[in-house]
Amino acid sequence: MKKLHQFGFSTIALICISLFVISPMSMAERLGLGRDVSPQEIQLWDIDIRPDGSGLPAGEGTVAQGEVLYSQQCMSCHGDKGVGGVNEALVGRIADDAFPFGRDPGIKKTIGNYWPYATTVFDYIRRAMPFPQPGSLSNDEVYSVVAYLLYLNAIVDEDQRIDAENLAAIRMPSRHRFVVDDRIPIDYRHPEGG
Amino acid sequence: MPKKLSRRQILAGLTGAAGVAATRSSLVGANTAELPLEKVEQLLSSTRQQGEGVSALGRRSDFELIQRLPYRNIVSFTPLQDLHGSITPADLHFERHHGGVPTLDPETHELLIHGMVDKALKFSLADLKRMPSVTRVCFIECSGNLNIRAGEKTTPQQLSGLTSQSEWTGVALSTLFNEVGLKPKASWFLAEGGDAAILARSIPLAKGFDDAMIAYAQNGESIRPEQGYPFRLLLPGWEGNTNVKWLRRLEVSDQPFMTREETSKYTDPLKTDKARLFSVIMDARSIITSPTYPTVLSKGWTEIRGLAWSGRGKIAHVDVSVDGGKHWQKANLQGPVLSKAHTRFTLPWRWDGGGAELLSRATDDSGYVQPTRRQLIDSRGLGSLPYHLNCILGWQVRSDGQVLYAAEPWV
Repeated sequence: MKKLHQFGFSTIALICISLFVISPMSMAERLGLGRDVSPQEIQLWDIDIRPDGSGLPAGEGTVAQGEVLYSQQCMSCHGDKGVGGVNEALVGRIADDAFPFGRDPGIKKTIGNYWPYATTVFDYIRRAMPFPQPGSLSNDEVYSVVAYLLYLNAIVDEDQRIDAENLAAIRMPSRHRFVVDDRIPIDYRHPEGG
Repeated sequence: MPKKLSRRQILAGLTGAAGVAATRSSLVGANTAELPLEKVEQLLSSTRQQGEGVSALGRRSDFELIQRLPYRNIVSFTPLQDLHGSITPADLHFERHHGGVPTLDPETHELLIHGMVDKALKFSLADLKRMPSVTRVCFIECSGNLNIRAGEKTTPQQLSGLTSQSEWTGVALSTLFNEVGLKPKASWFLAEGGDAAILARSIPLAKGFDDAMIAYAQNGESIRPEQGYPFRLLLPGWEGNTNVKWLRRLEVSDQPFMTREETSKYTDPLKTDKARLFSVIMDARSIITSPTYPTVLSKGWTEIRGLAWSGRGKIAHVDVSVDGGKHWQKANLQGPVLSKAHTRFTLPWRWDGGGAELLSRATDDSGYVQPTRRQLIDSRGLGSLPYHLNCILGWQVRSDGQVLYAAEPWV
């Protein structure tokens, strides 16, 4: 009985050691799962626009076209000229571009007084608006709605055409107000380089 | 003639028959008079007929009505006051959607990982399930989880029901990063959902290598549609909005993407006329879940119960006050105390019938102490609403036994 027990124990130990030797995968070893994707397929999904303008599609828009589109697609939720709607106020500046939001919780945050990047306006409208039919606007139409909203916020002139070349260059009034939370430092680097 | 029953048997019968009410009255604990024997007889009926048979899918007792509280079709709140232990039943996990709950076919839905990678790849749910799996318990909390307009007749659910806890199973994100290979200069990634909002957030790569995972299961079953079926990003301890549901794409980059969610929303204006970007870690907080509104206390023993959690690590201790903060005592913590997890705390208390104000204060293992409302306002400014309001909350016990939220309006 004692012998059997010893045999059983050593067999189990041997199996465990074998598993240990065979099974651990080095971090560098790849599992070989997933499927390849073509650049064309990636392009269909890769919709984000960055603050430097990368990702902006070809096309352009005007304030006049944007006004027409806004009245058809946006006004019912966001109000006439971006104010007074049932959903977010989109338009409004504060005198001298002050930024009293931390002191006064009553002020509505708008594209003109709060949003730090103009590229985000394009990204978000193309991503998620108009709410009843997200993704239904063409790139030119998105550029036009962006142009109209920037015009209403007194950030561009009425005759300003908006396209991939000039959108990222627009300096939003509150851009310099934004700071990365530094209470708990986060190391943003790649753990193995960078 | 029936035999005379012991008090213990009567109470046992009562609990079975009267469900919630009996549980509630036994909780607040004053002895009550004996029942007439005819009523006691009726309580034996369940022992004199066969009960229901087995079933393919279980359900809650008909005596239990616990529900989420939906609001404006964009959010629903977990009934914190009705739950025990630390796990939230999956169908009671809070919801916050920005474009509704999409229907995604697990046979065709895929996760694309591209950008600053050696090889862009798409992964199916089946691919993810073949990979080494990890399981952990953690909370997910919406960073806008305090109703700043709550009046005194407010339940914990109405006040702060946008936090829930599950056991999540999935694949470590580092496993997937290893699979695609990252370029040395990579430092951020975009996480994007396949819902109508195509919700997107930028995440520092370090979090991806730390404890991030792609979760496909919740409390032992496939993740619920409202929670991101067939899979979601899970960033333990980080604000709910970054835990992108219905995940469809990760793009690796060397800069943040500055999406609408992380700029015009989910930023914290400060009294210095600045606004914090990427304030993603949920700081320590706690909330008493019992006794709270609408409980009416009876004199005698009760147990003060609640939840405490921190996005920085483990809860170190929870202090409870019954006199509005004049004196504090350490609550019992229900173990195992897990990192970035709801931790149940309890403290037995005998209510003598006088006025009382119940408070709880969490401290985590980083040394962070849950602030008072005043400390929060002094440090950030009143306008940092509505995100990351993790201040100490109070419950007033009136002399008639009513328990009311100690409401202090913010605006």
